[in-house]
Amino acid sequence: MIEIRGLEKYFGALQVLKGIDLDVAKGEVLSVIGASGSGKSTLLYCINGLEPIQKGSVIVDGTDVHAKGTDINKLRQKLGMVFQQWNSFPHLTALENVALAPKIVKGKSKAEARDIAERQLRHVGLDDKLNVFPSALSGGQQQRLAIARALAMEPTYMLFDEATSALDPELVGEVLDTMRLLAEEGMTMICVTHEMGFARDVSDRVAYFHQGVMEEIGPPEQIFGNATSGHTRKFLANVR
Amino acid sequence: MFDYNFHWRPVLKNLPDLLGAGLLTLQVAVLAMVVGIVIGLAIALIRMHMRGPLYWLATGWVELARNTPALFQLFFFGFGLGAFGLHLSPFAIVLCGLSFNCAGYLAENFRGGFQAVPETQLRAARSLGMTAWQAYTRIIIPQVFRIVYHPLTNQLVWAVLMSSLGMLVGFRELSGETQFFASRTFRIFEYFAATAVIYYVIVKIILLASRLLAARLFRY
Amino acid sequence: MQETISFFSGFTPNDLWFMGEAALRTLWISALSITIGTVLGGVFGWMLYEGKLTAALTLAPVLDIFRSVPLIIQLVLFYNFAPIVGLDLDPFGSGVVILTIYTAALVANVARGAIEAVGKPMRRAARSLGMSYWQDMRYVVLPIGGRAVFPAWVGVALGVMKDSALVSVLGYVELLKASQILITRTQEPFLILAIAGAFYFALSFPISRYAAKLEQRWAQ
Repeated sequence: MIEIRGLEKYFGALQVLKGIDLDVAKGEVLSVIGASGSGKSTLLYCINGLEPIQKGSVIVDGTDVHAKGTDINKLRQKLGMVFQQWNSFPHLTALENVALAPKIVKGKSKAEARDIAERQLRHVGLDDKLNVFPSALSGGQQQRLAIARALAMEPTYMLFDEATSALDPELVGEVLDTMRLLAEEGMTMICVTHEMGFARDVSDRVAYFHQGVMEEIGPPEQIFGNATSGHTRKFLANVR
Repeated sequence: MFDYNFHWRPVLKNLPDLLGAGLLTLQVAVLAMVVGIVIGLAIALIRMHMRGPLYWLATGWVELARNTPALFQLFFFGFGLGAFGLHLSPFAIVLCGLSFNCAGYLAENFRGGFQAVPETQLRAARSLGMTAWQAYTRIIIPQVFRIVYHPLTNQLVWAVLMSSLGMLVGFRELSGETQFFASRTFRIFEYFAATAVIYYVIVKIILLASRLLAARLFRY
Repeated sequence: MQETISFFSGFTPNDLWFMGEAALRTLWISALSITIGTVLGGVFGWMLYEGKLTAALTLAPVLDIFRSVPLIIQLVLFYNFAPIVGLDLDPFGSGVVILTIYTAALVANVARGAIEAVGKPMRRAARSLGMSYWQDMRYVVLPIGGRAVFPAWVGVALGVMKDSALVSVLGYVELLKASQILITRTQEPFLILAIAGAFYFALSFPISRYAAKLEQRWAQ
């Protein structure tokens, strides 16, 4: 379970998160929507400790992410992350991209790591690209590779930071399908997304962020059908 | 004009010695490159991530190495350190001088290389639970090396050419050995002509080897 | 005993004057070689660009030799070759000849890069306005390409200025040779090297900084 309490985050003098309280239960799929600059991506970075926070706390399975004594590298193994810019490692093959972290972070043997990598690449439908370098993959394939790479660490949670925003429109579908597959398998997911269709059809809950504040959170039917906040309604009217 | 009689026989006789000295040249250049790469990486990282005395030391190193003659740097490790009672062997003088110079130039190359690797690569690596050390050694630095591969090759060529200054501090690498034989036989032109050819061949071998190695290393 | 003391006298203001003169000689031989070498290198660069295959087979390999053999070897070789063909050259003359050709070999690549940097569309546009080939060269290629490679040229020029220290091997008393002479007499290597180093640094550092600034500004 992820518990966020009174989270405040500044970039210099600019406050980008203004006291967020949010719980995400195991097995839940939460979509986070909102305009760019609303703080939704920053939220993900704060959850896995890639950005320091100024106030409040983020607790993952009972461990305080930002506490001094926390072994952040250990904790991050629970929190798979997929970025907007897919960030495949260009000097490694698809297989090596996925196998590296299990090998050097978790200390798996070469054979084990290879097994895990093959399994996860099959999982995302890239089993015919094992020995291909990322430069020979399309953006959609690279993003699926990034998903496989995160899954190889056997995370409890998956964080998606606008995983489809940088893709050409015709490549968005394959990545969303992979994310949908994970949701069906019961993965706990927090998806910062601009894909309203995905948010509505796949999520258990949808949160709307506006200028560093979580304006509204609830089941998709409520957010998309009967939003209470004027900001939410205005945002949704504009994106559709 | 041309009443000079060329005598190539003594050169031919000493050719094995010259080739041996050529190996020594290559050795000292490669060694200086290895030291230069390690220190150059450290300097680049310090200049990018640190402030304070260490930053100024690193910056001073780079600027001194780039803005004074290599021969001056060699003299410094020779006579200069002698002023403090520290007397290095000719080999050590050349190695220190070349390493100092290479580190300064390579540091700037590495800095450019680090800046060319997207910052998001580090984030991606860290998000997988890698430590900063793992992320740098497994993800960032391998990519930096590809970016600076050609400058690195050029620097090795420079190191070979620069090592010829060894003859001015009494080191018997290729140039020093040549001068030794030339001064004994007074066939200065012949000896130095042969040595010029040997340098040229060494440089071409380095460039060829570098190209072959690149084809094997960088399949992406 | 008395004699030794007078022989190893300390560093005097007179010696500073001696070094100053030597520094002027460093400047003079560098300026001369860089100027002639740049003009020559510009012509070579143009020939490499326009000459295509012919230049690639003839000029390019010759220039390549001057970049693949240590400058010090070139100097010794030419200094000893000149009398063979009946040329009566003093160390200064030999130094200027070799430094000039060396500069030209480096500038040739820079100059070719300058022409290539301008790009075909822009040159076609210039010709379509009715400019002649030479007008295009003068009013389009030179200002635009020259600007693109100006920092690289500064790098070459400063490199030659520093490498001019090697002419000392022929006995030409430029700054480093003068330092060496003074060190032998005064036994104060650190002070003298510091002065010599400071001179090179004071010349090279501001110019390279300025070139880097220009490069940054022009890149925007």
